[in-house]
Amino acid sequence: MSADSMNKIPGEKLLELLYWMMLTRRIDDRCEALFKQGCFPGGIFSQEGHEAISVGSAILLEEGDAIAPMHRDLGAYLVRGMSPGRIFAQAMGRQGAPSGGRDVNTHGLGDISLRIFGYVSHLPQSMGIALGAAYSFLYRKEDRVALTYFGDGASSEGGCHEALNLAAVLKAPVVFILENNQYAYSTPIEKQCLVENLSIRAEGYGIPGVTIDGTDVISVMETTREAIDRARGGDGPTLIECKNLRLKGHAAHDPADYIPPDLLRRWKKRDPISLFRERLENSGLLDKNTLAELQSRVEAETEAGVEWAEASPWPEAATLEEDVFSDA
Amino acid sequence: MPDLSYIEAINQALHQEMERDENVFVLGEDVGEFGGAFKATAGLYEKFGRRRVLDTPMCEWAFIGLANGAAMMGLKPVVEIQFADFISTGFDPIVQYAATTHYRWGAKLPLVIRAPWGGGACAGPFHSQCKEAWFAHCPGLKIVIPSTPHDAKGLLISAIRDPNPVIFFEPKYLYRRQKMEVPLETYASPLGKAAIRREGSALSIITYGAMVPEALEAAETLSAENISCEVVDLRTLVPLDKKTVLDSVRKTSRALIVHEAVRTAGFGAEVAAIISEEAFDALDAPPARLTAPDTPVPYSPPLEKAFRPDADKIAVRARELIRY
Ligand SMILES: Cc1ncc(C[n+]2csc(CCOP(=O)(O)OP(=O)(O)O)c2C)c(N)n1
Ligand SMILES: [Mg+2]
Repeated sequence: MSADSMNKIPGEKLLELLYWMMLTRRIDDRCEALFKQGCFPGGIFSQEGHEAISVGSAILLEEGDAIAPMHRDLGAYLVRGMSPGRIFAQAMGRQGAPSGGRDVNTHGLGDISLRIFGYVSHLPQSMGIALGAAYSFLYRKEDRVALTYFGDGASSEGGCHEALNLAAVLKAPVVFILENNQYAYSTPIEKQCLVENLSIRAEGYGIPGVTIDGTDVISVMETTREAIDRARGGDGPTLIECKNLRLKGHAAHDPADYIPPDLLRRWKKRDPISLFRERLENSGLLDKNTLAELQSRVEAETEAGVEWAEASPWPEAATLEEDVFSDA
Repeated sequence: MPDLSYIEAINQALHQEMERDENVFVLGEDVGEFGGAFKATAGLYEKFGRRRVLDTPMCEWAFIGLANGAAMMGLKPVVEIQFADFISTGFDPIVQYAATTHYRWGAKLPLVIRAPWGGGACAGPFHSQCKEAWFAHCPGLKIVIPSTPHDAKGLLISAIRDPNPVIFFEPKYLYRRQKMEVPLETYASPLGKAAIRREGSALSIITYGAMVPEALEAAETLSAENISCEVVDLRTLVPLDKKTVLDSVRKTSRALIVHEAVRTAGFGAEVAAIISEEAFDALDAPPARLTAPDTPVPYSPPLEKAFRPDADKIAVRARELIRY
């Protein structure tokens, strides 16, 4: 479908996309294993099936751009500079994590110096946060953009409406990425809304909305690129609905036996990483050696991250009451 | 020093802080050319323009969320909630996001939320509420409730310069009721410092907001009966100046806590608990509360008068406490 657009992207960049998606998958798998071994005091969300969305969009950001992610955007964190070690440390509840053990898994996985805003559970708070970052860009007349993500589930929350409308009215340089993975925990999409494409709601706000294949990283990238250009050009926000299926449970504890096996089987064939890898192979852009190199690089970085996190000390109980307020 | 009303003092503080710091901006419903429902933001739009005086659609959730994001980017948003009652529609961005962020991952979130608060104006159940206790239960939020024009200016300036989220409740009953000398220059009154509004020896009336002038009036009445009341104005509930409260109670040995908010789980319960725990030995009577009853705020004058504490009711309760 997006063969033409793929040709315009330098081979190096394509391999970079594959690398980030593979790293996301490897860390996701490793997290599941660590969870099952009891190495995480709390739970961990699954990422499988979302790699093309988070990587294909975040890869376009430049230094100074901001990102307000949700819980399926591990790829976006990685691309924006959050190290695997800090990500594992967060799930393990260690000092070396961005929250120093105060917040769980990808929640609160923020770093202002990277312009990554740590999210709260309450979906879709990140939409308002991204809008605020975008307003700061307008305020300071900076040529920057903010990217935010929310799910089909969160799209039913009232805040989603408010944020889209306010962003539209302000012509804020923000891109809204709706990850429609067809489920909100156990609730299927047909119990959440009556429309085929959630992106049609954009029309009600007077902004462009588009639905794309969320398993196709090139499509995600090219669509997001247009939206970012619009935002930087002063034309305001865009709503991009990326359709996919969550290929695992909501979180590592969830066997997701509520997903019809047929549906799962169909979408497993559209695993975003396999799809992209095959395309690269078929176009002669990826050979066995390069793939093996990527695999071992991803493996090494993941294991180094786990080691780094395990070496990170537990937080001191004596620090419990510190930092509720900022002193200066 | 010019005489200013409470609302004029708020307005002056906003003008001066926006002049001083390019990062300060205000946002909310009707705050722009219209100058706000109570004219707190009058003249700002003309001076600072649309970028820094942002009229928003009706969407507290989104515009407080916007303020959170902007604050973390180093701006200093001052949000106006048209009436404090409507703050509930923007609850999550305040109590979930703003309150927890610094603790969770270290980002500073310097935000001020101003809200015309409280009753006494026959404004009915949805334009009269006092919901400070909701926010006092959320670690990470500061809560300021000034009772005079002088404090309104000095505490608002402190709130704007504070690196944390601050909920700033303005007793709208006082907006135009009193004028007092307010210095033209800027000054920051510290958060977390209560004020002794009147010294006394027999009883401490501990209160805040629009109940401060009521307590002072009651103290005046009681002094004619040779009952000497001390009036403690908390000014900020978080941080709470426990020392001033406890010192006062230790001196007088009786405590009457007064607030306009309803009784159950109100902030007065917290103050009473602190006094009981930390100054029990000094007490000659149990700490007493005078509050609104546990009902919505009624509209009609006889009902609202019965609902809201005032100088007469404070005097009655104080006499009982003295006789205990
Ligand atoms: C306001 C709110 N209500 C409930 C929850 C609990 N919860 C966490 S994730 C989730 C489902 C989210 O679905 P969706 O937005 O589609 O994202 P997905 O998990 O499918 O990626 C729910 C209900 C929440 N986080 N926030
Ligand atoms: Mg979903």
